Amino acid sequence: MASKLTRSNRSGWLMAFPGVALMTLFIIVPFFLAFAFSLTNQRLASPNAAEYVGFENYSDLLGLAVFTLEPERDEDGAVLRDDDGEIDYPRLRNFTRNNPEYPGLQGKREWFSWQSGDNRTVVLASDVVFMKALVNTITFVFFVAPIQAGLALCLALLINQRLRGINVFRTVYFMPVVVSIVVVSLLWKFIYSPGDGLLNNVLGWLSFGAFNGIDWLGRTDTALPSIMAMSIWQGVGFHMVIWLAGLQNISPTLYEAGNIEGASKWQAFRYITWPGLRNTAVLILIVITMQAFALYAQIAVMTKGGPLDSTQVLVFQAVERGYGKQDISGGSAISVILFVLVLAISLVQRYLTREK
Amino acid sequence: MATVRLRDVRKSYGSVEVIKGVDIDIEDGEFVVFVGPSGCGKSTLLRMIAGLEDISDGTLEIDGQVVNDLEPKQRGIAMVFQTYAIFPHMTVRENVAFGLTIAGASKEEKERKVAEAARVLQMEHLLDRRPSQLSGGQRQRVAIGRAIVRDPKVFLFDEPLSNLDAALRMNMRMEIGKLHQDLKASMIYVTHDQVEAMTLADKIVVLKGGKVMQVGTPMELYHNPANLFVAGFLGAPSMNFLQVDVKEAAGDRVVVGNGALDPLQISAEGSSFRAGDRAILGVRPQYLDPSEDAAGMLHGQVELTERLGSETVVDIGLRDGSSIIAAISEDRVLKAGSNIGLTFDATKAHLFPHEEIREEAH
Ligand SMILES: Nc1ncnc2c1ncn2[C@@H]1O[C@H](COP(=O)(O)OP(=O)(O)OP(=O)(O)O)[C@@H](O)[C@H]1O
Ligand SMILES: [Mg+2]
Repeated sequence: MASKLTRSNRSGWLMAFPGVALMTLFIIVPFFLAFAFSLTNQRLASPNAAEYVGFENYSDLLGLAVFTLEPERDEDGAVLRDDDGEIDYPRLRNFTRNNPEYPGLQGKREWFSWQSGDNRTVVLASDVVFMKALVNTITFVFFVAPIQAGLALCLALLINQRLRGINVFRTVYFMPVVVSIVVVSLLWKFIYSPGDGLLNNVLGWLSFGAFNGIDWLGRTDTALPSIMAMSIWQGVGFHMVIWLAGLQNISPTLYEAGNIEGASKWQAFRYITWPGLRNTAVLILIVITMQAFALYAQIAVMTKGGPLDSTQVLVFQAVERGYGKQDISGGSAISVILFVLVLAISLVQRYLTREK
Repeated sequence: MATVRLRDVRKSYGSVEVIKGVDIDIEDGEFVVFVGPSGCGKSTLLRMIAGLEDISDGTLEIDGQVVNDLEPKQRGIAMVFQTYAIFPHMTVRENVAFGLTIAGASKEEKERKVAEAARVLQMEHLLDRRPSQLSGGQRQRVAIGRAIVRDPKVFLFDEPLSNLDAALRMNMRMEIGKLHQDLKASMIYVTHDQVEAMTLADKIVVLKGGKVMQVGTPMELYHNPANLFVAGFLGAPSMNFLQVDVKEAAGDRVVVGNGALDPLQISAEGSSFRAGDRAILGVRPQYLDPSEDAAGMLHGQVELTERLGSETVVDIGLRDGSSIIAAISEDRVLKAGSNIGLTFDATKAHLFPHEEIREEAH
């Protein structure tokens, strides 16, 4: 018989109320507030009332333009060059600052450019830092998601054996997950530190002193990869455990049947393990992607987006803008963009991995 | 098709020996059933033959070749598991063809062999389904199909029907019997269902505690059990055992009796009973014939009657305090509490040494 509690709607709601209220207050309301703020010019603390500004915040972030600069020429039409032989171009700011002939370029700055013939094609962005953050974030996800998932699967396969002392390995691999990401980031800051950092020391020792040491986090070409490596290391144990749960869901008799049919190790993986891990794989892919998009603590602790914005990422930008620059509406707009991005990617992943 | 020979085969897990020296000969095309109580080592033995478990000691020959150290696939066997072990993400067709896929067979060969197996098992209409869309019996059919396709010398079955309901089990039992007739392959079948054992087997191997208790045709085992265990294990309801005293013993002729049993002469070939020994007399319930006028050699009172329609099972409390069961092959009402006398054919009774009771306890 159903108890009074499950039948009576009122007491049910009453009991759910504290949880629902807290979730509404701290998750649902902020979620919709972010949408609302992103359409205004709200500032963190300002005497002026916020005004509705439409999609201005979004166009300020996402505005892009392509512009081709033609070289300066003399009267004969020959290309002018400076003392080093480089082509002289008109200054970009002539077009982007209060030039009524080019309203589309107003306020934009150079993001990157390339040379085609004598011309130089420039891509301009309203917000170059945001664009860098966007590209960095996507790069991060692009590398971290597959590598972390793959590595975690390898570890799970290694660990899913009945060997003496296997629990030691399970614990060791899982340990970084238990430690706070902030602590881990601080540790890795020491590991990566130039000069006497652990990594440089080990590499120097392994190469008998031939290796001179790199300022891993201080160079634009190594900073982001360094953070990727450290993030993969930190999260791999967590996903290993999820894989492991998936592996242990596969009935051992299936492997015995495979064994009787003469399946090799690889064939057993291909025909039994991998199909058996399908749902786990979908879950892991989506979880890793979402986690990777949310990259923040490592950046905040280790590089603060530097050097030269080479490690700017979306969440760091959102926080930086919202609280650092008190531009809550800008930060909200970044959050919303991030939300749409992650949602879109997750939906695509769901679609691609759907049950056929 | 092939012979299988086990010679003093043993298996230990650490210091625990679970198979304690087993000798079995399986002839070409024979259907052999391993029976025994739970934990007696039936599955372990079968898995050793399959190559899924190492053989700790002794030799295993298939087709005259010692295969102790061969991989399962090199032994020419196929196995059907209790839990079906079919691959959930593959269609029936892919499941059945799995061994061929692994071996890299051509598409035509796969098509041909799958079609053949599907025909034998009457599951052509299921080929494009997934296991989740099949009933238990159909799943087991797929597993058997996968075995057939391998064209093995020996089929191994580990309790293939125990996950099925009673009606389906009977159906599948008959199908497996038919399959054996069609394929004429050697088959080893593990079960703890004695009906399966009795109906399917050419030869039954009764195991207990990792040892062979008796090997023989179903009827040999039923009519001439070699020991108390086999006597009690086969037959339903199981054989009645009476503790009796040996009154006289002269060669093969022994006279036994107890408080409820009038002295009775029975033949006990090749045994060494002496007067004054205690012994166990085994009588199957079906051989007991009750008469309400209290005439007979066994005396007691009716305690309970169970009428099954075609059969009546009577619990009888004997005069010496023990109780036995009689199974009468007709519908009959016996009043509880009434005195009853039972007769039976002494040639269908079995006498066992009393020591076996103690061995049973192990
Ligand atoms: N991996 C193992 N380690 C230790 N002991 C084992 C192992 N596998 C089986 N055993 C033991 O071996 C004995 C035989 O087991 P087995 O599975 O062969 O029994 P069975 O006759 O098939 O029983 P059932 O009818 O319940 O299936 C049991 O006592 C069991 O506890
Ligand atoms: Mg078993």
